Amino acid sequence: MREISLHILDIAENGIAAAADLIKIKISESRLKNLLEITVSDNGKGIAPELIKKVTDPFFTTRTTRRVGLGLSLFKEAAKRCSGEFNINSREGEGTRVSASFVLDHIDLAPIGDLAGSITCLIMGNPGVDFVYTHEYNQRSFTIDTRDIKRELDGVSINRPEVLRYIVDMIKVSIQELKED
Amino acid sequence: MGKLTIEDLKRLREDTRKKTVLREGGATVNITVHMGTCGIAAGAREVMDVLLEELSQTDRQDIHVMNSGCMGMCSSEPNVTVEVKGQEPIIYQHVDKNRMRQIFKRHVLKGEIQTDFALARIQ
Repeated sequence: MREISLHILDIAENGIAAAADLIKIKISESRLKNLLEITVSDNGKGIAPELIKKVTDPFFTTRTTRRVGLGLSLFKEAAKRCSGEFNINSREGEGTRVSASFVLDHIDLAPIGDLAGSITCLIMGNPGVDFVYTHEYNQRSFTIDTRDIKRELDGVSINRPEVLRYIVDMIKVSIQELKED
Repeated sequence: MGKLTIEDLKRLREDTRKKTVLREGGATVNITVHMGTCGIAAGAREVMDVLLEELSQTDRQDIHVMNSGCMGMCSSEPNVTVEVKGQEPIIYQHVDKNRMRQIFKRHVLKGEIQTDFALARIQ
């Protein structure tokens, strides 16, 4: 994957495939700790204990359409390559939590990329799923919760193009403000 | 660009609601962007960006876009399935930004199947 934001999109799509209706994405960038931490958690059907150790094996998948499963293994490798850590915890019937950390100034760290694009893409393609996106940068943070947006929209669909463009702009401005001195 | 506020969202809701009342109805075109790891790595998010641009430029509200997982045809990703109501779904392969624009303008809006990029017709 050429961007970290594409990993986030991919891992969140796993949660949606596991029938989750709430996906929480947390990104934490700390210049002080020199660390980028990413957590994606969902309330999907979870992973059976006997399968949890196999999910980062690229030659393991529960799918029948193909024989490889690369999403989690690529994310794990990206973290390891950047002297970071990777964890996955899951409980059947409760959901799954995937977290990865990366050394921020590591030479092999891919750009974070278009986060606004990834989050909007998830909302656009899965209007029935709710997303909570929290971004921390040093001591500051912001959160976007589609449940709040849907409440304000009061019946107007969240995947209308006008609304999605609003969300893209909102995320871009919020990230920009977060990183301003 | 200033920070967008909750007031902007309310204004957006009212504007959208006015338009929606005029054209109520179900989907007549379903566009599915396959977003497995293979699709995402091959450029499926950029395809979604184009769809958002194109949808913004049309007032058609009967066109629905959704994501789904990998179909198992990883080598032809990004794959996009276009299903016009009453017709067989068409799967397009190696869809990039330009192909997606062409598929939207010709197939989705005018009903002309773009056979050059078509992988299969689901029967």
